[in-house]
Amino acid sequence: MTEPTGDDRRDPAAPDPGTERASGTERIGRHAADATPAGTAAHTEGGVELDEQTREEAVQRADEHTEHLAAEGPGLVPDGEGSIVEQLAHMTAEELAEREAEVAEVVAPDRDIAVEVGDTLLSMDAVTMRFGGLVALDAVSFDLKRGEILGLIGPNGAGKTTCFNALTGVYRPTSGQVRLEGQPLGRRSRHQITRLGIARTFQNIRLFGEMTALENVVVGADARHRTSVVGALLRLPRHHREERQAIDRAMALLEFVGIAHRAADKARNLPYGDQRRLEIARALATEPKLLCLDEPAAGFNPAEKDNLMGLIRKIRDDGYTVLLIEHDMRLVMGVTDRIVVLEFGRKIAEGLPSEIRENPAVIAAYLGVPDDATA
Amino acid sequence: MPVISTIVLAQGPDWIQFDVEAFVSQFWSNTIDGLAYGSIYALVAMGYTMVYGVLQLINFAHSEVFIVGAYAVFFVLSALGFGPSAPNLSVAALVGDLVLAMLVAMLVSGLVAVALERVAYRPLRRRNAPRLAFLITAIGASFAIQYALFAWRGANPEPAVIMFRPKPVFEIFGATIDSQQLVIFGAAIVLMIITDMFVNRTRLGRGLRAVAQDPDTATLMGVNKERVIVLTFLIGGILAGAAALFYVMKVPAGVQFNGGFILGIKAFAAAVLGGIGNIRGALLGGLLLGVIGNYGQTLLGNAQWTDVVAFVVLVGILMIRPTGILGESLGRARV
Amino acid sequence: MTTSSTSPKTGTASEATPTTGRGWFFGLGDQWNSLPRPQQWAWLVPVVVLIYALPLLNPPLLTTEPGTNFPLALFDVARFALIAIGLNVVVGQAGLLDLGYVGFFAIGSYVAALLTSPDSVLWHIPYLWTLPLAMAVTMVFGLILGAPTLRLRGDYLAIVTLGFGEIVRLLATIVEPLKGQVGFQSVGHPPGTNSEGNAIFAVSNGTPWYWLCVTITIIVLFLVGNLERSRVGRAWVAIREDEDAAEIMGVATIRFKLWAFVIGAAIGGLSGALFAGQIGFVNNQKFDVPTSVLFLAAVVLGGSGNKVGVILGAFVVSYIPNRFVELAAYKYLIFGVALIVLMIFRPQGLLGARQRLLAYGRQAYLRIVGKPEQLSSDSSLKGEGDRIS
Repeated sequence: MTEPTGDDRRDPAAPDPGTERASGTERIGRHAADATPAGTAAHTEGGVELDEQTREEAVQRADEHTEHLAAEGPGLVPDGEGSIVEQLAHMTAEELAEREAEVAEVVAPDRDIAVEVGDTLLSMDAVTMRFGGLVALDAVSFDLKRGEILGLIGPNGAGKTTCFNALTGVYRPTSGQVRLEGQPLGRRSRHQITRLGIARTFQNIRLFGEMTALENVVVGADARHRTSVVGALLRLPRHHREERQAIDRAMALLEFVGIAHRAADKARNLPYGDQRRLEIARALATEPKLLCLDEPAAGFNPAEKDNLMGLIRKIRDDGYTVLLIEHDMRLVMGVTDRIVVLEFGRKIAEGLPSEIRENPAVIAAYLGVPDDATA
Repeated sequence: MPVISTIVLAQGPDWIQFDVEAFVSQFWSNTIDGLAYGSIYALVAMGYTMVYGVLQLINFAHSEVFIVGAYAVFFVLSALGFGPSAPNLSVAALVGDLVLAMLVAMLVSGLVAVALERVAYRPLRRRNAPRLAFLITAIGASFAIQYALFAWRGANPEPAVIMFRPKPVFEIFGATIDSQQLVIFGAAIVLMIITDMFVNRTRLGRGLRAVAQDPDTATLMGVNKERVIVLTFLIGGILAGAAALFYVMKVPAGVQFNGGFILGIKAFAAAVLGGIGNIRGALLGGLLLGVIGNYGQTLLGNAQWTDVVAFVVLVGILMIRPTGILGESLGRARV
Repeated sequence: MTTSSTSPKTGTASEATPTTGRGWFFGLGDQWNSLPRPQQWAWLVPVVVLIYALPLLNPPLLTTEPGTNFPLALFDVARFALIAIGLNVVVGQAGLLDLGYVGFFAIGSYVAALLTSPDSVLWHIPYLWTLPLAMAVTMVFGLILGAPTLRLRGDYLAIVTLGFGEIVRLLATIVEPLKGQVGFQSVGHPPGTNSEGNAIFAVSNGTPWYWLCVTITIIVLFLVGNLERSRVGRAWVAIREDEDAAEIMGVATIRFKLWAFVIGAAIGGLSGALFAGQIGFVNNQKFDVPTSVLFLAAVVLGGSGNKVGVILGAFVVSYIPNRFVELAAYKYLIFGVALIVLMIFRPQGLLGARQRLLAYGRQAYLRIVGKPEQLSSDSSLKGEGDRIS
């Protein structure tokens, strides 16, 4: 993999995007507030707003850390005594916010940060999926734009999961095409699609139970690495370098999703909510352009859902594009930028959450149904 | 590899030659004899295919269920005075003796199969053990039975028991069909038809198919899953016991502690060939494999090539069409 | 899922010994893991020295004499350990049930025999050169067998590999240049003579063979350990745990399975060549399926996925028949029953699977949570979602 990039690919002084995010001209970055659309308050979650200079310093420290990885060993360790988890427990709100910025920097080290917001990342082009006589998807088309959170909703059996599977390469469409950055996914195998930049989580959690949380995330990070079997056998320099990078990023990712204290535990021993977060961390470790979340809030209570909304926004603010399948309407309406609605395998609506909420077709198909999902 | 292939190429003609002439001249007799062998494979394959259909488990120890039946046949026939030369009996008495031997073999094999399920597999099902654990248990059981037989009867094959001298019955395409081939083929077909009717027509058979399709739903619908599983093992064991009689008929000196192993592999190959989980597929696969093995043997000029051919067919089928010729119909679709 | 995995622990992460209740023996691994490096070395060095000194010490209780020559019995243990380590890569780490491992072992033996025995018509090379050559040849065979078959689901793979092992044996019988039961006499051995002019590596002299085999085993152990703590080892464990999820997380599953297969094959070939050299005679009688199952028993018994475990398993499987000669005739029966009992009562083997999968793991865990990782485990034989209901 490439060495961590310097500052050249980053544009911290990007214009404030405000509400014109879809204009296709401005840039987003990990500098959270830069890309936060109006109305969502991603970075005030911790209660502390960092001033520009403090954030710049944090980012610089993170960069220096990445550069000196070989000398320091993996892990963005604060200056104080004790392990990262111990130190986090004693930090003030301001220190935590600063730390968060640092960690976010390591989480997305050499992503193509200076991307155009609003250009098409992924497009579904008249995708039809047929299983025998059953038409699960009927010529569904929509686009995913860079830097947005797109919600995919629909009543049970509407074809959401089929759509999700077609999009992540688990199924090959009967007709139509899925394109990522203009490239058709075609007959690529699933691991190649992951390397193209689509990562996903699973509705029914599928972690590697016998691995620790950290190891789970490192497996994700390995997707971007190229150490050969011979390189690993003889521990050639590339193995050392990639191993340090992978572990370093995995540690930052665990902290990013908020389960650093679980790093050393076996995945199967984690509490349910932490397992869901670990899945997100593992998917992010593959450095995706698009992160697909399959009902990430299933089984969560309202407080946990709020936390999750915060995390999803944080992920988007860190420069990722997110596709979200979810039943919980409050969560979908609260976190997404745009929504696509499916019914009986057809797209019946697409638009801003406020538009969807008032769309008569959607109300008839979905919201009108007395379903606890609408509660 | 380079080393070995060099030898093979340099000295090939010495040990491998395609005896096309023999293949052509013996084609029909090979076909007929292959069908008789294939009937035996098919009967054993039924045990693999039914257990697989219901439990998605390769019952590796089924070959030992079969060989235990062969021992039963040997002991019954020895006790009835059969030995290395064909006995001088009336047809009725002979049929009576053989049916008795078959019934005892069916009983013994059926009991062994059910005991195997109880002792080895049921505890694992209770614990919801992973597939690999079942397979390792099956291998362990296979070896435990084999070497228990070894400890009891030693390494040498039991003395031959000849049931009757095959007599030519009629001719087809210039090849003679003898009474032995006819008996084996006919009896196997009848047994397979009975099994097929049992599975498709009776209430118990319906329960069996229900469990094969969806164990959880079947349980909810009132099917006693445990009973169905025991029944499956029992039927498989009974058919293996019947196969044991025909095996001893065809290979009188073949009763040996590890005699089931190769036959088991071939029967499994037959089950896969026809489509594992599919009862009619097992018959088709068994007959095909019997015929193919015979062709290969004549073509390559050494009896042991039959086994190699069987393995190659198995691998080939798994590569090209893992669901076999007829597909899996008893069981769920493969994921 | 087992009951233990459906009820996630809610306790804090600082459970010092998650193995409580399983006795001190099974907790040893965690204690060992929490020792600092120098202390680990301080324990390891004497243990290794002791292992090398064993044939000279010939300790009273441990000795297999008068039944079996003790150094030769030790060589047998070392050979089984090497085989178990190789098979563990395939079965324990990548979760592929390979029942035809004896096929690779046989090919290794035949490579050594064909290139050193005077009975062979081929050109001859020094014995030690046959070791790497045997590995290369078996790797090619591993590739030939693995490339088409590794797409198969687990239990089909088991049957196909079983068939492969049997085909190798049958070919050794049928193919005339391989001389069937007649076999090859006076297979070569490493050079060197003692003061009396006899070869050091004579067939009857187990000690030098034992040392050679132990040395090779230690080297292999290091190399396999390197693989384990790299993306290769992680890919294997990920495949073992959940193949679909692994692929979706970017693991090239077929490629890594093939590597596991090929590396396992190479180690099998290496041990086969060593075996051929030591007994000096190769024919078709030593490579039957029961031997293959014995290899598997060593891995499963000791604890597949655990390098120490499989060595322990190899010790049990090879030492007991030599030590208690009266049991030797029943060894297949005993180990067959042992496999059944084990799967019911302790599917993880004597020692459960444990692997360290990160090259800088020790440092990383200390930095992030201040303690080593949780190692103890139930079983490597658990592919989630691959259950028989």
